[in-house]
Amino acid sequence: MQAMSVISTPAQAPKGAPLARRNRTSGAQRRAVALFIAPFGILFLAFYAIPIVYAVVQSLLTVEREGTFGKPRQVFGGFVQYEQVFQNTAFWESVGRVLLFGVVQVPIMLGLALLFALLLDSPLLKGKKFFRLAFFAPYAVPGVIAAIMWGFLYSPSLSPFGAVTSNVDFLGGNLVLWAIANIVTWVYVGYNMLIIYSSLLAIPTEIYEAARLDGASNIQIAWRIKIPLVIPAIILTAVFSIIGTLQLLAEPQTLRSFSSAINSTFTPNLAVYTTASVPNYNLAAAFSVVLALATFILSFVFLKSTQRKVTQ
Amino acid sequence: MSRSAAMLIMGVFTLYFLTPIWWLLTTSTKTGGEISSTAPLWFTANSAGTFFTNLGRLFAYGDGLFGRWLLNSALYAGVGALIGTVIAAMCGYALAKYEFRGREAIFNIVLSGVLVPATALALPLFLIFSRVELTNTMWAVFLPSLVSPFGVYLARIYAAASVPGELLEAARLDGSGEIRTFFTVSTRLMAPALVTIFLFQFVAIWNNFFLPLIMLRDQALFPVTLGLYAWNSQISQIPELRSLVIVGALVSILPLIIAFLALQRFWSSGLGAGGVK
Repeated sequence: MQAMSVISTPAQAPKGAPLARRNRTSGAQRRAVALFIAPFGILFLAFYAIPIVYAVVQSLLTVEREGTFGKPRQVFGGFVQYEQVFQNTAFWESVGRVLLFGVVQVPIMLGLALLFALLLDSPLLKGKKFFRLAFFAPYAVPGVIAAIMWGFLYSPSLSPFGAVTSNVDFLGGNLVLWAIANIVTWVYVGYNMLIIYSSLLAIPTEIYEAARLDGASNIQIAWRIKIPLVIPAIILTAVFSIIGTLQLLAEPQTLRSFSSAINSTFTPNLAVYTTASVPNYNLAAAFSVVLALATFILSFVFLKSTQRKVTQ
Repeated sequence: MSRSAAMLIMGVFTLYFLTPIWWLLTTSTKTGGEISSTAPLWFTANSAGTFFTNLGRLFAYGDGLFGRWLLNSALYAGVGALIGTVIAAMCGYALAKYEFRGREAIFNIVLSGVLVPATALALPLFLIFSRVELTNTMWAVFLPSLVSPFGVYLARIYAAASVPGELLEAARLDGSGEIRTFFTVSTRLMAPALVTIFLFQFVAIWNNFFLPLIMLRDQALFPVTLGLYAWNSQISQIPELRSLVIVGALVSILPLIIAFLALQRFWSSGLGAGGVK
């Protein structure tokens, strides 16, 4: 529970073990703190903070040429790039596509992860260790490799499921988005299952004994006790899934060599990559900024809204 | 729900999760022609021989490019995650165990870093690295990988819960310096969290696609994922690459599977600490 309260309301620090008492932080300790924090601080500044600022600055610049063949030079253009972003229908189509993807794929994936975690935690299963490892194994497969693998599995000529793939065109325009959804689900279900499962393990078993004495069935215990108690873990996995959905790149980019239905602006990140390789860095930077903001806002709103529901 | 229904569900999904990996294994033991002409999910009569032939071709192709890629990935992900874990653990530990001005502010900034998608950073990083003429070098992929805000977050939660303040006081009375106490006493107590941070950062770097994709031009610098991606997109021109991509994919997922199996004991307990408690 602590982890979630920290993520959702950053102002509340975790109330863990006692801290070094106030007013007793000596000079040596202060030096130690500086030494502990400096390496991360410097790297965070260099490779997180400065790039974000740099992207914002770049997105406000525009390239001007003197005549058609003159030397290009960057001048301040205000919100010119952002106007272009908002007029760029291909970009917004890609945003719509990943939102549709997320609305369908994330609940299915997390629903399955929850089901598996509850089954692993129930007395019904034998061979729990095997299932845990088997379900988690795909997480060891990088997105690119998973996409290559499934790309072959979807292809009519190579697939072991030829009877299916020669009749259903998984790589065609209608289904390719869901073919990608399947790959993402395949890779990440086990990971999410483990996060939920480990929070189920943290619930003290006395609660179940009390419920059993009151005559509660396994399903009632799962529904009334276990699920409410693991909601923070589910929220955590949901936030990471939302971030992941908006970042989709490796899978669609890799599947492009199997499917002609994926164009160069299929997902927002693909649009950024395509725009950057034109190259139009300023517009690509504006795309990145809009995308980062959208991700941030979506995760934040999701955290806030679910938090209210949980506390009610 | 009955016992058999539960086992049935888990059995069906075991097939879903393992069949693609099994297919990768069986297909790696076939020649290019056999891939489409033999039973897809089973071996052929001379599978073992073909497998070693394929392996040999994989590592020989393009002057041993694949071996180079594996080494690059090991360097980016292995060394990057190792250094990144130490750095994140130090920062998280300081945020958990010392009270100082600006502590909450620093933590909040790091936390918002967790929500910033890594791919949104890739392009500005590319622009900055090209300013200092470091694109298409190993540094361009290695240095940004060292930063793990999620690692700091995990380290803070875990240090707060598992390193007692009394122990630090005792160490101080014994005359142990803060830095020494951290490296000799505290890191031991934080071990499960450290393994978890290491593994997840390792996976994040190993799987990272966008950053190397836009930073690197020289194939000799590619991590194995980008290399296989490049080969895969050339299959239509060079069909012989198809079986190399398949056997290469199999070889490339082995290190992670082995790492997860070997370190399972540690990360399973660390995961619990990070998720909820």
